[in-house]
Amino acid sequence: MQPVISVRHLSKVYEGGFQALKDVNLDIHRGEIFALLGPNGAGKTTLISIICGIVNPGSGQVLADGHDVVKEYRAARSIIGLVPQELSTDAFESVWSAVSFSRGLYGKPRNDAHIEKVLKALSLWDKRNNRIMELSGGMKRRVLIAKALSHEPRILFLDEPTAGVDVELRRDMWDMVRDLRSQGVTIILTTHYIEEAEEMADRIGVINKGEIVVVDEKKSLMQKLGKKQLTLYLQQPLEAIPEALSRHPLALSDDGQALTFTFDVQSEATGIAQVLRELNQHGIDFRDLHSSESSLEEIFVNLVKGARGDRV
Amino acid sequence: MNFYAVRAIYKFEMARTWRTLMQSIASPVLSTSLYFIVFGSAIGSRMVAIDGVEYGAFIIPGLVMFTLLTQSISNASFGIYFPRFSGTIYELLSAPVSFVEILMGYVGAAATKSIIVGILILITARFFVDYHIEHPLWMVSFLILTSITFSLFGFIIGVWADGFEKLQLIPLMVITPLAFLGGSFYSINMLPPIWHTITLFNPVVYLISGFRWSFYGVADVNVAVSLAMTALFLLLCLAAVWWIFKTGYRLKT
Repeated sequence: MQPVISVRHLSKVYEGGFQALKDVNLDIHRGEIFALLGPNGAGKTTLISIICGIVNPGSGQVLADGHDVVKEYRAARSIIGLVPQELSTDAFESVWSAVSFSRGLYGKPRNDAHIEKVLKALSLWDKRNNRIMELSGGMKRRVLIAKALSHEPRILFLDEPTAGVDVELRRDMWDMVRDLRSQGVTIILTTHYIEEAEEMADRIGVINKGEIVVVDEKKSLMQKLGKKQLTLYLQQPLEAIPEALSRHPLALSDDGQALTFTFDVQSEATGIAQVLRELNQHGIDFRDLHSSESSLEEIFVNLVKGARGDRV
Repeated sequence: MNFYAVRAIYKFEMARTWRTLMQSIASPVLSTSLYFIVFGSAIGSRMVAIDGVEYGAFIIPGLVMFTLLTQSISNASFGIYFPRFSGTIYELLSAPVSFVEILMGYVGAAATKSIIVGILILITARFFVDYHIEHPLWMVSFLILTSITFSLFGFIIGVWADGFEKLQLIPLMVITPLAFLGGSFYSINMLPPIWHTITLFNPVVYLISGFRWSFYGVADVNVAVSLAMTALFLLLCLAAVWWIFKTGYRLKT
């Protein structure tokens, strides 16, 4: 199936020589929630801004639903909605007029019923006549989302959508994003909250220093790059790991009370049975055990460290 | 053509005008009317007629033109500068609109406001000064052409400015002196030859002269030259705006 967003060999060098994007290639599938992760200055916002038309591309090509975002900007932009990172709002306008303005700007005829639906879905209906400057930060964020949804986009970019909003509002937004996805809208979000990506995304892309480090299904990414650990709480503390067991990836806690065995999730033979047998042979008994899995955050940190050339 | 976008921008800008009625409409009308009261009613009667036109009536076209220029520039420059300042420009840049449509919305609204102010000033002046309009169609044409041209110029200033101070710089430091020295209060034919020649380099002379001709049939320079100069400035502004949108100057990185 044709990707809904196709980025090919996209590079961007800003005035002053800073290279924000380096030969980026990326496909976004229709109807998915795609999370773009990366540290500050990685190029997330530049990539989104180029796709949406806010920043001029350097070299390369971006297609939105088959339309070149530069040459066929009308067709491309009319199906895209953007919620920017900054809380940039028309402070003196009412919620209703600001959202209605956005719909007109995107070439759509007046449709009060749709605006009402969007405002109600975002719990903004009661505030429709309030000036935006009178709203809280979280409400302003909702207004930006309402503006982005006013023209019924098929692709929605959310640049740090839940930055600075409380937990309840964040949960509400996650529900709204899932609801949009169920209506067939493709969602691309950038976030600093790994929890957000872990909770919502179908696929994840990691960008660092302007380069795409990895793109994969969330589950697959966590399986491929994640690690599992088995911690054994010992009956008797050990002073050191016996020499015969040193070939296994075992680590002893400082107090000698726990042994941690790290193994590859993907590997068919994890080696757990062998380790347990050998421990038994050496008379090392345990009273309890606990297994844990890498979080997406750990995978992300490792990926970024790896891209920097640090030890993973 | 994205007419919905043009209408949205136009309505949005006009809504700001109605919201700030005192600042947008009442203030320029009042301040210009003071000139009519002082120079028209109070001391105008003691001044000699110029080119056969009573002094109070003589200054009306120049004052209307002066207000038209400053208002057009202020309206349009603020209209595009404020979204840049507040960050909401992102929406304009990411919307399916061409630069022609953006111009039609912003410049159309700015010019509309200026024309409203200009007409209100003319109506107000009638209470203090007796004047007539010999060529009403030409008067309206000059009014519209000048409003559009200087709204375009204001749009350019709004894109160029990187602070509120710069936004005021051109209207206060350039347009006001040019209007005052461009024959608003006198005929440039009254100047010594050397100053007359220097004044002809002032583009505002041609606007005021042409506009005054539409009122009284008298002009400092040929009306065709006035029209040609206004049209030339319009084309220069259009070319500058085209370049701004082509390069993304101060709009896109």
